[in-house]
Amino acid sequence: MINAILALEDGSVFHGQGFGAQASVTGEVCFNTSMTGYQEILTDPSYKGQIVTMTYPLIGNYGVNDQDAESWRAHCAGFVIRELSPVVSSWRADHSLAEYLQHYGIPGIQGVDTRALTKKLRVGGALSGCLSTEGLSESDALERARAWGGMTGRNYVAEVTHKEPFLWDQNENQSAAFALTQKSGETHQRMIRQPLPPADISIVAYDFGIKYNILRCLRQKGFNVRVVPAETSAAEVLSYKPAGVFLSNGPGDPATLGGIVREVKTLVDYGLPIFGICLGHQILAQAFGGKTFKLKFGHRGGNQPVKDLESGRVEITSQNHGFAVDADSLPPDVSVNRINLNDRTVEGLRHRSKPIFCVQYHPEAAPGPHDSTPLFEEFRQLILSTSKRG
Amino acid sequence: MPKRTDIHSVLIIGAGPIIIGQACEFDYSGTQACKALREEGYRVILINSNPATIMTDPEFADRTYIEPVTPEAVEKIIIREQEEMHRLGATGKLVLLPTLGGQTALNTAMKLHHAGTLERLNVEMIGAKADAIEKGENRQVFKELMLSIGLDVPISGTAHTLDEARAVAERIGRYPLIIRPAYTLGGTGGGIGYNREEFEEIAKRGIDLSPVSEILVEESLLGWKEFEMEVMRDCADNCVIICSIENFDPMGVHTGDSITVAPIQTLTDKEFQIMRDQSFAVIRAVGVETGGSNIQFGVSPETGRMVIIEMNPRVSRSSALASKATGFPIAKIAAKLAVGYLLDELRNDITRKTPASFEPTIDYVVTKIPRFAFEKFPQADPTLTTQMKSVGEAMAIGRTFKESLQKCLRSLEIGRSGLGGDGKAWRIGTDFIGDRDTFPRDLITQKLSVPNAERIFFIRHALRAGFSIEEIYTLSKIDRWFLVQIQELVTFEETLAASVN
Repeated sequence: MINAILALEDGSVFHGQGFGAQASVTGEVCFNTSMTGYQEILTDPSYKGQIVTMTYPLIGNYGVNDQDAESWRAHCAGFVIRELSPVVSSWRADHSLAEYLQHYGIPGIQGVDTRALTKKLRVGGALSGCLSTEGLSESDALERARAWGGMTGRNYVAEVTHKEPFLWDQNENQSAAFALTQKSGETHQRMIRQPLPPADISIVAYDFGIKYNILRCLRQKGFNVRVVPAETSAAEVLSYKPAGVFLSNGPGDPATLGGIVREVKTLVDYGLPIFGICLGHQILAQAFGGKTFKLKFGHRGGNQPVKDLESGRVEITSQNHGFAVDADSLPPDVSVNRINLNDRTVEGLRHRSKPIFCVQYHPEAAPGPHDSTPLFEEFRQLILSTSKRG
Repeated sequence: MPKRTDIHSVLIIGAGPIIIGQACEFDYSGTQACKALREEGYRVILINSNPATIMTDPEFADRTYIEPVTPEAVEKIIIREQEEMHRLGATGKLVLLPTLGGQTALNTAMKLHHAGTLERLNVEMIGAKADAIEKGENRQVFKELMLSIGLDVPISGTAHTLDEARAVAERIGRYPLIIRPAYTLGGTGGGIGYNREEFEEIAKRGIDLSPVSEILVEESLLGWKEFEMEVMRDCADNCVIICSIENFDPMGVHTGDSITVAPIQTLTDKEFQIMRDQSFAVIRAVGVETGGSNIQFGVSPETGRMVIIEMNPRVSRSSALASKATGFPIAKIAAKLAVGYLLDELRNDITRKTPASFEPTIDYVVTKIPRFAFEKFPQADPTLTTQMKSVGEAMAIGRTFKESLQKCLRSLEIGRSGLGGDGKAWRIGTDFIGDRDTFPRDLITQKLSVPNAERIFFIRHALRAGFSIEEIYTLSKIDRWFLVQIQELVTFEETLAASVN
């Protein structure tokens, strides 16, 4: 059993057993309250630079598989859990969690009182930390944690974005929704996996650290998606003659992305239909002239209630964000159309005169509930109605 | 949407006497409902024949009738109370809330509906309408409905006579077969037929015991994993999952007799979200407009095939467990939703600040273990089947499954401090075996393969006797994840024992 240590900038130290890679890392320690979906969380590029703590204590029970990854690799800096399952029990599993983390060079620590750690983070907000599975001393780990300097002002988008533009899933073998086999043995009913519709609307998706399930959901709604790097100019995007633009999720501080915000503002002024998720929502808010601020403790989990102020309906949503849009900073031509029922922060925006809307949460789920999946269809309808008008 | 103002009085039907299959959990739900509705200013009328319940304490209802829970008694009470309301000059009406008193209350309400009494007296059912109850409770109707919305179900057929039952068995083509009588408490009269003889015996008994002389004969899912979802819905169609539950015992044991664990442990998020989507599809298709429902699933451990087993369109045994496991007061919220509130208009009792429209997420593990009393029923067959036999249950919370399991075993008050290693001898029939003695292999094999109250302890005995996890899995079909957790406890017991020596 490898001794491992987690030190926080406030001086607290947690000891446990290491798993995954032997390494020492620094980052922002945050917690996620999802009870399932650790593989999707590990592979979400938005966690770049973060040491993720799972509040649910038993992790690794169903292993990891080759289908549930949300990008090409695991991204978080480190992984903190209460207890790693000694066995993998799932017909879907291809590897154990420990093997997976080791493969991507990510250290994990188990045996930590994650409830005590979470309470600390809930009181003090996210803290800088150092996680080591290679025998770092308490004082060295504390020193590294304090030297890290925090998430504010960090731009990780450049590190996780694809370097070249590409067309998503031209072979059509990565976009089908996960489905279970059905065999009721009855003649009058047999569920058949939904075939993909023709990809008849071409759009450009900005990749700030995009999750694959966003791309799958877009394809399932008939979008032919060209994924472009984060620093792509508005002129280049327009040269592809897209019917709409999608702005993805991503890591780091949204206030560091001035260059991207300028390009997006050009696209907003141009009048193209735009849909943004998470970081994409925060970038749009800035392009509208609004501001973002750091939440004391971010929303990370799969049970956040969001109220749609237009319909009155409540959606249970998957969320992962440490920053939020300041409602008071927004211009009058942008309306706040969704709010979080827990802390009343902004969860969605709609432009009053342009075909633009965005949400702070994750309608693509993965992990999390599917309540908000209809937003992808809403984007399709928005593009169709805009092109009819135009 | 605010609460309904056209209602003056709410009649709640209690669960009647405590019997196996229907115990104090419905006293809990009924009491919660009484409190919640009085808090809203409604006049609460209660009928329950059992005076040893909390709900019949004088302060819980405006008027309490200790009368037999029968359609005749309820009808008389409705007439009497409507006259009383007239005398009081009440402008609102009297409504019936049948979903909080277990199967007894639901069946009583359905009889009143079928007899035309409710319509004649102009009494509305709130919580669930009669056709929703019908769809949820009638197995054939339910199954057809599930197939029509694209969900998978076990292959099955209904029968009203032994000849019909034989025809269904022939169509399915293999034993064992599951027999479930319609409209009985805790699955009374049901069972598993491993061969033609057993099948016909159980089928005949089931037809006799069912109030509508109907049984469902079903493809066996023995050895499949079993899961439950506790769902809430409000009249604006907002749906939330309150609690997910994984059964330690695989399919074939009544969920009331199964060791159960919350939350689900061995499903990937992809599978869990499909189960969540299907739960909402079920509650919407059945048409339970407001309140809670419990939906049971079977999952093949080899292929992941997911089938709907059944749904309870009412507050159930699992709801009481889910309430304590998560802190979400299901019965109380169900009562408030029934009178028109929306989930986001109600307060979360734990945080006191945020709304009830959320899904509890927990950072601990909850284990429930049924309590049996076979020593008091020497004639009863102690094999666990689809008919419920437990007389109670204990629940424990721990930060790990191991902690919650050990606490729960101790809470059963059967004299053990956990899985074993407490120095107490094991009583097997008339024999005693020392706590740390090795059990005979044939006894272990038998106790692992046939579900019984002691099976959990025999996993320990098997591991100590040198059985591998694979051998135990093959015999019991208990998921390897649970078996390895128990193996860790056994290994620790051996470490402790070695340190003493």
